[in-house]
Amino acid sequence: MTSEPINEVETLEGIREIVNKIGTTRADLIPVLQAVTNKFGYISQTAIKELSNLMKLPTKEIQSVATFYRMLSTQPRGKHVIQFCESAPCHVVGGREVWIALKDALKLEPGETSADNKWTLLTTSCLGVCGIGPVILIDTDMYGNVTPEQVKNILSRYE
Amino acid sequence: MKAVRSMILISNDPESIVRGSEKIFSVFQEQLAHYGLTEEVSLSLVPDLGHSYASPLVMIYPEAVIYGPVKAADVPFIVEEHLYKGRIVEEKRAPIHELSGKVAWLSARKGTLPAENRIVLKNVGLIDPENIEDYIAADGYQALGLALEMTPDQVISIIKESGLQGRGGAGFPTGIKWGFVNKTYGDKKYVICNADESEPGTFKDRVVLEGDPHAIIEAMLIAAYTVGADEGYIYIRGEYQLAIERVETAIQQAKEYGFLGNDIFGSDFNFKLHVHAGAGAYICGEETALIESIEGKRGEPRSRPPYPTTNGLWGKPTLVNNVETLANIPAIIRNGASWYRSLGTPSSPGTKVYTILGNVNVTGLIEVPMGITLREVISIYAKGMKSGSFKMAQTGGSSGSIIPASLQDTPMDFDSFKKAGVSLGSGALLVCNDEVCIVDLTKVLLNFFRVESCGKCTPCRIGTKRALDILVDITEGKGTLENLDELLSLSKEMLDLSNCGLGQTAGTPIRDMLNYFRAEVEAHIRLGVCPTGVCPMHD
Repeated sequence: MTSEPINEVETLEGIREIVNKIGTTRADLIPVLQAVTNKFGYISQTAIKELSNLMKLPTKEIQSVATFYRMLSTQPRGKHVIQFCESAPCHVVGGREVWIALKDALKLEPGETSADNKWTLLTTSCLGVCGIGPVILIDTDMYGNVTPEQVKNILSRYE
Repeated sequence: MKAVRSMILISNDPESIVRGSEKIFSVFQEQLAHYGLTEEVSLSLVPDLGHSYASPLVMIYPEAVIYGPVKAADVPFIVEEHLYKGRIVEEKRAPIHELSGKVAWLSARKGTLPAENRIVLKNVGLIDPENIEDYIAADGYQALGLALEMTPDQVISIIKESGLQGRGGAGFPTGIKWGFVNKTYGDKKYVICNADESEPGTFKDRVVLEGDPHAIIEAMLIAAYTVGADEGYIYIRGEYQLAIERVETAIQQAKEYGFLGNDIFGSDFNFKLHVHAGAGAYICGEETALIESIEGKRGEPRSRPPYPTTNGLWGKPTLVNNVETLANIPAIIRNGASWYRSLGTPSSPGTKVYTILGNVNVTGLIEVPMGITLREVISIYAKGMKSGSFKMAQTGGSSGSIIPASLQDTPMDFDSFKKAGVSLGSGALLVCNDEVCIVDLTKVLLNFFRVESCGKCTPCRIGTKRALDILVDITEGKGTLENLDELLSLSKEMLDLSNCGLGQTAGTPIRDMLNYFRAEVEAHIRLGVCPTGVCPMHD
């Protein structure tokens, strides 16, 4: 891993805080990993080692759970994360065209982060707001009934 | 519920939020204060049901007037005219033909549209989901009181007589499942509500949790009393942030009112309820994967048997029910089994919530009696095709099917669909017109299964990947007729050899594609053309 957070002491403190608040049983692992992702943007190897100490679990167990779930990430992500719904309901109402426009505008393939670290482009399965497809989720902002023409304008709202 | 002169509901679905519903809410607050109406008029943001081109909508009771689309700048005039002077602002009323779902149903009560029949969605959008007293005023927690006066066996026999079937997709009789857990000996038992709704195109459970969370808590209490459990989990998919917040608020309020905790209603029945947020994995909707996930592990399905009814959460007997299934329970206890049987068809009583999507004029949620046909849904509730003619409908996710036009008059209930060789799935109705290519659609569905396969068992992990590769080849003009045979055998192998429902049903779209649309698939291969012009047909 190349881009660990600069301040390791802060990371460790933050992780201890999270574990203190949520707990150290096995059932607490997923909520803890969610909290770590929310706080640091991703689960670093430093974080996994510290969690292994605190929760008395092998690092490979934590790694294995952390890589299983879509909302957890072990890779650093860009400043803004774009999730494009690739499920059938969005696909048949124009999602295909929006996806092409989105890839063109960002010059990214799914899973990639832009060189300036501004964007990470991800595809996702159904987000459960299918009445207004095609749907794009940028960070926590939901955009519905998106047309290819709107893509540039939507992206321009983010610094 | 506080007595008020008027009630204002502002639609707060994602689309309305984008169009400024929260701003409208704050302007209403200012204006009501300005006219000194704050005490007399209640104001709520509600997750709207169904789609409207006229959103954001503002509904004002008791006149049941629906305004839309409303802009923040319209609010001062509406407050002055309607609420202060008592005159309806005709020019701001939403056009009836642009309403669907709940608002259409509200209009329907005035005889303008065929009425839906709501049990599961009865309270959604009509009560404040963050106020337990609203729920109590709508007969809430009455069924719990009635159930606690019965024996568990009496409750089970009512549920059995009602004929309620699990609404998660499989249609297993609910009363029988409750009976299994009740009969299993255990010092500790659990009740789990499966709210990991991730079937593409399905968002009915989200709307129930956001709009009527206490109904699920009440149903889980009844279930726990009946099977002998004292602890429960609601497993909500992580993306449903609002639903998680609403349920947590509801649990807190239920505790304060003594509906959750010890010695509920003075009986010796205790129940503790937790919320578990998912972390993004479709497979966790499978009940044993869901249980693994609550235990803090990878969401990989267990081998069955043993079933969760005997060896579930932490090895204890566990009842797992879907949100929509549970939402039926309080109404059945209050009104009885024969009332429930009066709705729907003899083999599938009750109602079903559908999400209507795709190339139709009106998309959204409806709750209609079991046995309605696809043609009726499209013409009455979806207001017809938006463009083109009806080609097929996909019933959503892993347990669904592709339904061709020839089956659009088949009654939609578990039994009739089974006889026709298709499945109702989770209740999503993705309506496709003749501009949708069957190979392209099947490719998208298979990609979903490939992405969401947990990878534990080989037939599913390799099968979904190989099937997707072949479908991609066909869309790029590189398919062969032998590929179609391979697709069929892959789909059969996945059905026979996969460990859980995901892999077992991943081949369904392939079979349906070749069953109903073989000529179109072969055109890609023999003629090198995609008849709808969707597929690239070259690299």
